[in-house]
Amino acid sequence: MVKKISNKKTTRRAFLKGTAAASGAILGASTSAHAAGDPLITEVQDWAQSTGDGVDATPYGLPIEFESDVVRRNVEWLTADTISSINFTPIHALDGTITPQGCAFERHHSGAIELRKQDYRLMINGLVDKPLVFTYEDLERFPRENHVYFCECAANTGMEWAGAQLNGAQFTHGMIHNMEYTGIPLRTLLNEAGVKPSGSWVFVEGADASSNGRSIPIEKALDDVLVAFYANGEALRKEHGYPVRLVVPGWEGNMWVKWLRRVEVMDKAVESREETSKYTDTLADGTSRKWTWVMDAKSVITSPSPQSPIKHSKGPLVVSGLAWSGNGAITRVDVTLDGGKNWFQARLAKPGESKALTRFYLDIEWAGKEMFIQSRAHDETGYVQPTKEQLREVRGLNSIYHNNCIQTWWVKETGEVENVEIS
Amino acid sequence: MSKFRNLIAGSSVSLVFVFALAYNFADRNIATIPSNLRSVIADNDFDLQLIALANATSAPRDTSSPFGLGRQALPEEIAAWDLEVSPDGTGLPVGSGSVLYGEEIFSEQCGTCHGDFAEGVDNWPELAGGQDTLADEDPVKTVGSYWPYLSTAWDYIHRSMPFGNAQSLSDDDVYAMLAYILYSNDIIDDEEFVLSNENFLDIKMPNAEGFIIDDRPQTEYPSFSAVPCMENCKQAVEITMRAAVLDVTPEDADQPASSTNNIGSSLESEQVATVSGSDSDVSPSGGDILNLELVAAGEKAFKKCKSCHQIGDGAKNKTGPHLNNLFGRVIGSEEGYKYSKAMLSFGADGLVWNNETLSEFLGKPKDYIKGTKMSFSGFKKESDIEATIEYLKSFTK
Repeated sequence: MVKKISNKKTTRRAFLKGTAAASGAILGASTSAHAAGDPLITEVQDWAQSTGDGVDATPYGLPIEFESDVVRRNVEWLTADTISSINFTPIHALDGTITPQGCAFERHHSGAIELRKQDYRLMINGLVDKPLVFTYEDLERFPRENHVYFCECAANTGMEWAGAQLNGAQFTHGMIHNMEYTGIPLRTLLNEAGVKPSGSWVFVEGADASSNGRSIPIEKALDDVLVAFYANGEALRKEHGYPVRLVVPGWEGNMWVKWLRRVEVMDKAVESREETSKYTDTLADGTSRKWTWVMDAKSVITSPSPQSPIKHSKGPLVVSGLAWSGNGAITRVDVTLDGGKNWFQARLAKPGESKALTRFYLDIEWAGKEMFIQSRAHDETGYVQPTKEQLREVRGLNSIYHNNCIQTWWVKETGEVENVEIS
Repeated sequence: MSKFRNLIAGSSVSLVFVFALAYNFADRNIATIPSNLRSVIADNDFDLQLIALANATSAPRDTSSPFGLGRQALPEEIAAWDLEVSPDGTGLPVGSGSVLYGEEIFSEQCGTCHGDFAEGVDNWPELAGGQDTLADEDPVKTVGSYWPYLSTAWDYIHRSMPFGNAQSLSDDDVYAMLAYILYSNDIIDDEEFVLSNENFLDIKMPNAEGFIIDDRPQTEYPSFSAVPCMENCKQAVEITMRAAVLDVTPEDADQPASSTNNIGSSLESEQVATVSGSDSDVSPSGGDILNLELVAAGEKAFKKCKSCHQIGDGAKNKTGPHLNNLFGRVIGSEEGYKYSKAMLSFGADGLVWNNETLSEFLGKPKDYIKGTKMSFSGFKKESDIEATIEYLKSFTK
């Protein structure tokens, strides 16, 4: 009982401070604090006496310093340098579904460029009645829509094909973010130029040196693709394609071209570098799948996880995670605590939204014992997230991309968590 | 769309008055409503009606474009941006280049990252070899072993290479480099070979037939849509692999939990680590007073150099040598870096990096040191050179 009270009434900071010894001493530490009354309560604190910052201290704020560990991280050995590279969203430390732009993963092929709105031009050309050039101001005059979508790199979880490698949800599943976009349907701009009947693809490219050109079938381009300029209510950040990026809901992140400069209507795919030599999935027999655009249903428990261990002793524990599907809405998430022997249906924080992250919770009474925890997503098409074994049977070990397997975390008696594979 | 065309072409009048009223009563700073308002058909879509209203105010326009926004793209503009090349040769410009010339410019422009023989340096992509390895445990994916179309390589080199100096190669240079890459992959045996737009489509890439279109809907979705077991689904659970044993997760001082045996380590100590890690770099070079404004401008200009050169704490030789303590360094003398012969000969002559040599080099690198491996074509603005030098100075102790 005492323990429960201390959990509720002390701040996280004080709690950590009070338990700086070993995790085993948690109970003792908080009990002794209470013997003489919690000084955080019985003594007048600085912040209750003096004053805080004025309204002019922070014209645009960053998270408070106590959250300085909630940042993007990269894995140095993955790429030759950091300019053509990727980093990872700290999903282990976030809750809800919206990813703040400032810690949403970045993937650049020639670095994040600085492009001013007044220097921005968007060209629509190819198989159209009238090739057009738009300025940023032009784009602002088209009717806008708001949508929340996840953006997942095709390579998310790609390092885990051959076995458990990286010890943290940030690294195994952090090539994902979820934002509310404000933008124009690409359809609107294509209609403005007038797509000729022979137009069956669009080729989209960015203004950066990589250009990152990709081909998209016209059906998708006319469906839900957005030309976006706001994310989470503010202008896109530089690293997310300021001033304008493409949003391709449910499809792999590489197609979400940043610094979008051109959309060409074509009658075939260009077969660019990014859709042949990269973002193709090699199978065991050496043939490779191409045009694997959709990100299938997937989920992961974000806490507890290796970077977010259990910091209290047995008792109430919130198991929380994220689920998503490029084929529609998440309808259900199952969670197991014993490595898949028995499963429980998790609680969805809100009904699943199409092609957006869904937050799930399973509120349990932790026995203080070892657990093997996994989550399993279901989407509205009836698809159920597969095990790594199921995927390997079809694809082998060298697919790199589109690994949407069920993830296992080994929760130890100490509360520590490790990325493992189990039988 | 048809809905909107109707709005524009419609003939009902009454709603115009509604909008005139709405605009007048709204607390908005708008110009008087123009008299040439087109009429709008009653429609539940309020937004579209407003747009119709707004559009009615613009100049006469092409009614085939619903909004009349943007302008016609000029042929010169399309030519400047519409560069991509397709597998059937669409977009390929007239030109040619030989294997021999390709070898020369490849080693000059590409060799630092991709290796003189296209074999790849460090983590940079290898461009040659790997044929018949795609079904192996560790497939080697190169232009020769994996890329299905030659057009893809032409397009990518032309548009995005060299790294840090994209769109600087002539069409003939691209043909030559590609001829050399084909030769390195044994796709071409003859070192006298000349690749051109004429014979381009004759080249068949070894893995051209190696791709299938996404078949997940057939091969995966049915078996991944079975109703899953919920109770007593398996007997035993054993650990078969552990990430901690492999130990490749980045160490991070700011990461309280990755070192999980430290559960409960206090947040304060992490803050200390952050602060001490960040106040490191800029210390003035012996006695010289730095112009901090110029240093800041130089930091910006230095972005052009960052793809190859590291500077600051922990800087290492990468594609280019690290640039700490550059001032007074004998040219081509940083240990462990493989310089071009040209650069080494400058050092052998006793030249050191100082205001004069740097200013010459950064303006026109290839003119000053003929044969340098550095692919950068030089700063165009004198002010960028001056700022970059000041920035470099700030890392000389």
